[in-house]
Amino acid sequence: MRKPYQKPTILKLQVGFMRDKKSGLSRMVRREIDGVPVRELAERFGSPLFVFSERRLREQFRYLKRLFEGHYPRVEFSWSYKTNYLDAICRIFHQEGATAEVVSDFEYEKARRLGIPGDEIVFNGPYKPKETLRRAVLEGARINVDSMDEILDLEEIARETGEKVRIGLRVNMDTGIYPRWDRFGFNLESGEVLNVARRIAAGGRLEVVGLHCHQGTFILEPEAYGRAAEKLVQLARKLEEEFGWTIEYLDLGGGFPSRNRLKGLYLPPEVAVPPLSEYAERIGRALLSGLPAGDYPLLILETGRALVDEAGFLITTVRTVKRLPDGRRAYVLDAGVNLLFTAFWYHFRVEIEKEIPGPPEPCVLYGPLCMNIDVVEETAYLPPLSRGTRLILSPVGAYNVTQWMQFITYRPRVVLVTEAGKVEVIREAETLEDIVRRENLPEHLR
Amino acid sequence: MKLNRLAISEEGFIFDPETGNSYTVNETGLLILKKLREGLGPEEIAEAMSEEYEVSPEEALRDVQDFLETIARFGLWEEKAWLK
Ligand SMILES: Cc1ncc(COP(=O)(O)O)c(C=O)c1O
Repeated sequence: MRKPYQKPTILKLQVGFMRDKKSGLSRMVRREIDGVPVRELAERFGSPLFVFSERRLREQFRYLKRLFEGHYPRVEFSWSYKTNYLDAICRIFHQEGATAEVVSDFEYEKARRLGIPGDEIVFNGPYKPKETLRRAVLEGARINVDSMDEILDLEEIARETGEKVRIGLRVNMDTGIYPRWDRFGFNLESGEVLNVARRIAAGGRLEVVGLHCHQGTFILEPEAYGRAAEKLVQLARKLEEEFGWTIEYLDLGGGFPSRNRLKGLYLPPEVAVPPLSEYAERIGRALLSGLPAGDYPLLILETGRALVDEAGFLITTVRTVKRLPDGRRAYVLDAGVNLLFTAFWYHFRVEIEKEIPGPPEPCVLYGPLCMNIDVVEETAYLPPLSRGTRLILSPVGAYNVTQWMQFITYRPRVVLVTEAGKVEVIREAETLEDIVRRENLPEHLR
Repeated sequence: MKLNRLAISEEGFIFDPETGNSYTVNETGLLILKKLREGLGPEEIAEAMSEEYEVSPEEALRDVQDFLETIARFGLWEEKAWLK
């Protein structure tokens, strides 16, 4: 009888090293996603493979909804399409009651195609093509205006239709966080918002009915939302008093963090990321204390990342094992930054599909691209892996399946593990035909 | 040979008296070090490993070579020393 094999390893001892890394060992194994074995998923659907959990999507939505409704009576979640606009993902959130938040012609059309009526769409973004803008006006979408030029476009559309157009104003402001996204909308502190409001009132064709403020993404400071809410309430009161408008909604945008590890943060997300309840509490408190009783505008939240990130996993396979000149082990995976755009900003959790004997060693995870920037993780601590070992990276549900790129290879399948435990393909893998179909070889080159 | 100066315990704890560095090896790493001291070459060590453990001689050879590279980088081993 031969003994079970463990790859030979040697580790240089550094104080504190062994114990630290060992304690994390048991958490490094993930055999299944919502009850479906990782191995079965990869064998049936291929590797790499994005896997989403319907249960996690719905649970997180219900959790957040309940949380915010516990702090403020009128809340609407508007699903941020850019975060993940796969039909199946959007449909799940729409079924749970979310409206659609879109920022482009494509996203607008995709939401409409999914059956979302115009008046359940929030239309944001710095460039709204005139045609789409006209359609959004006619279909009654909530339009949050980003610039003076857009106001001019909307006045022209109002002139054509002969009706007043109801709009929201996107506002940027100092809420104490950095970087400040001050390129979007109109600045509060400089008085720009009020000037613009005067101009709108003087034009007589538009009516401001909402205020919008999206501060940024992965914001780790709940109080920033308290400040934003407070300032929007004050601004709303001022606009109502000065221009006779009624502000029907306050939209605080998205930006709540998921339990991901932002690069440069040394604490694990369990410690560094404040619980979402703190955000709900700060927002609720600022709104309820600033608003007259009984007069509660709708609170809109365009939460993206915090709803979807943790419901997404990527299964990837070690295709090549290497040694770097500095002695570290390096693994070439079949998924790189082509599929994992967020790898530039976050350290994913790296799990192995099964227990692998041997002490964890520092190693590098590379993607399959022939580019130096294709690094999935500069320093992971993993036991020695053989070719063919599958890794599970998470959370990857936010922004990856929208920002992924078709570069030198195909984009893989995306599957959904349903609440009933079935596995459904929600996006097929690309083929050569998908990619070349849009090309044209001019006559003289044939 | 450098390897002979190392203190190697049965638990896989290694001390290099020249540099003061210490290391740990796992069971198969320990086996390689012992075989190296006995003067065996990579192929023979890989063969011995695949007799004792559930591993093919090919995979074992790759792993032995990889291990040798690592200990060479730690300054515990000079490549081709086993030829002497
Ligand atoms: C206007 C707007 N709303 C919502 C979001 C979603 O943000 P998050 O995923 O951080 O919640 C974004 C993201 O950039 C955005 O620009």
